[in-house]
Amino acid sequence: MGDITYKAGREPHPREKRLIFRNVDREGWDTSIDCAMKDGGYEQAKKALTLEPKAITDEVKTSGLRGRGGAGFPTGVKWGFIPPTNTKPVYLICNADESEPGTFKDRYILHQDPHQLIEGMIISCYAVGAKLAYIYVREEFPEAAKILEKAIGEAHEKGFLGKDIQGSGFDLEIYVHRGAGAYICGEETGLIESLEGKRPYPRIKPPYFPAALGLYMSPTIVNNVETLCHVKHIMEMGGEEYAKLGTPRNTGTRILCVSGDVQQPGYYEVEVGKLTFGELVNDVCGGLKSGRKLKAVIPGGSSAKVLRADERFKIKKGDDEVEIGVEDIPMDFDTLMACGSMAGSGGVIVMDDSRSMTWVLNNINNFYAHESCGQCTPCREGSLWMKKITDRVVSGGGTPSDIDTLAGVAKNIDGRTICAFGEACSWPTSSFVAKFRDELVASTTEENAGKATTPEAAAQRRYLKAEPVA
Amino acid sequence: MDIPQELDEKITEAISHYPVSKRSAVLPVLHLLQHHFGYITEEGVTWTAEKLGLEPINVLEVVTFYPGFRQKAPGKYHIRVCRTLSCAMSGSYELMEKLCELADIDRDTVTHHDPIAVSKDGKFSIEFAECLACCGFGPVCLVNDDFHEKVSAESAKDLLAQYS
Repeated sequence: MGDITYKAGREPHPREKRLIFRNVDREGWDTSIDCAMKDGGYEQAKKALTLEPKAITDEVKTSGLRGRGGAGFPTGVKWGFIPPTNTKPVYLICNADESEPGTFKDRYILHQDPHQLIEGMIISCYAVGAKLAYIYVREEFPEAAKILEKAIGEAHEKGFLGKDIQGSGFDLEIYVHRGAGAYICGEETGLIESLEGKRPYPRIKPPYFPAALGLYMSPTIVNNVETLCHVKHIMEMGGEEYAKLGTPRNTGTRILCVSGDVQQPGYYEVEVGKLTFGELVNDVCGGLKSGRKLKAVIPGGSSAKVLRADERFKIKKGDDEVEIGVEDIPMDFDTLMACGSMAGSGGVIVMDDSRSMTWVLNNINNFYAHESCGQCTPCREGSLWMKKITDRVVSGGGTPSDIDTLAGVAKNIDGRTICAFGEACSWPTSSFVAKFRDELVASTTEENAGKATTPEAAAQRRYLKAEPVA
Repeated sequence: MDIPQELDEKITEAISHYPVSKRSAVLPVLHLLQHHFGYITEEGVTWTAEKLGLEPINVLEVVTFYPGFRQKAPGKYHIRVCRTLSCAMSGSYELMEKLCELADIDRDTVTHHDPIAVSKDGKFSIEFAECLACCGFGPVCLVNDDFHEKVSAESAKDLLAQYS
């Protein structure tokens, strides 16, 4: 990071490795193309345009880059899914619909370093052969949409977009498309439907894998903002060099967004897997709030399964199997998956012992009930039931059997829907019930099981109470 | 419907961004109409449909699906308070209560299909929004297009004062 100075109070932590967030909170930095170009901006795009497109895809494959939007799928492999015999136009869509609760990284790229994204997109579009690209920005980022539009205009003026870019013969147009406040548009096929001007009902895969049948039934690559920015750095460093960052199979850097009960919540870019959860909380985030103990953590956005502070996990280290606790988990894709959760979108939500897990689950259930698109019955009905049941429990009307009902509803959604939202909405409930069952049951009362719902029933209850139940 | 020339030009420009299918311009056109008129009217739906060569139902289904489109007038300043986990943990429900109290807004009228409550003088309207993606610096809210982070119930008064 050497010669870069950051705004006072916004300096990166020494454990950070800033690649994507190099210019975030940087002193003297602005969103203009002049500022970006003075810092070496668009050099990688120029270089890429002199290469064979396949060579770029190969570099990305070598780099081991995995998608940063949530699924962690290898980016180069995704690009390779465009059918080789394809004759239709190819599209690229940048997914800037950042809305997974707990995640707030793309916001800073869009607001502070739009040219990094545009450069990453130029390289990626050239690699996959896309001449038309869209940036799907969520509606709640109005400022970002303006900044991007201005940046695209500047890139046009400098000849990095439009016809025959830098004399390479490659044409590319990028447009900003604003969403309208629906979480489901972050799901790639839902996003495509939305971009086609419809309700964002996700499409079933197969056959609608976007790389083969995407936007307007043409091959379409949908990548997250952070992922596309990484492509620029892979160009700069070379795939092999990039792959040295992080850990094997979990290469590069990634931005961890920490929120909840820590001293210093915020965004921290680290090498993947080089930092354990304990180091993240205790060193980087300044520890928990004073006098508090860790209770639970959601490690990868609210859909990721919750981890309980005293859980033990068996993971493979080389050929050996070792037992580790929550604080020893390196924050990478594979280990978190081995621990039964996921690295997801990098949103780490920390909860201390002052939090009621019933209340937390209810908050999450409210989110998913609101955001279910309603296409598949198990999800549409189930997410609402889970919300209603936890609503009832937190308002004091729950019965112990409600907790089993919750788990049953969650089980009946998981795996029975068109898109991954089914899993996203059921995993919080199933994991909270599995790991905090006693607390959830304790927040219900035995008495409510026979609670009277009509005045007549209430009158009858008088007699029931008189006789002790055997 | 009275569409000023400047708005019409913006709409034509937006439609040109979708060379393959005009239908893709439904969301951008609705955004422009909502930005100008404050909300989407019935007339706005038919106008958009005609403009893009669609049936009105194709536009209405979009308006009714997305929480970002309103079918009634908001206040002069529309506030969206983030309700989701990290913000709720840092006090967004308390913030909502305080803002309603200060701006004289009654949220008892709020339902799933009508999430917006407007102050008696029409100056402020408010609704809960789901995650606004700034979880580390909650509670956060949007006032029209302005984003505010770390707005506590204590600083709610200062926030409203910026919009007087």
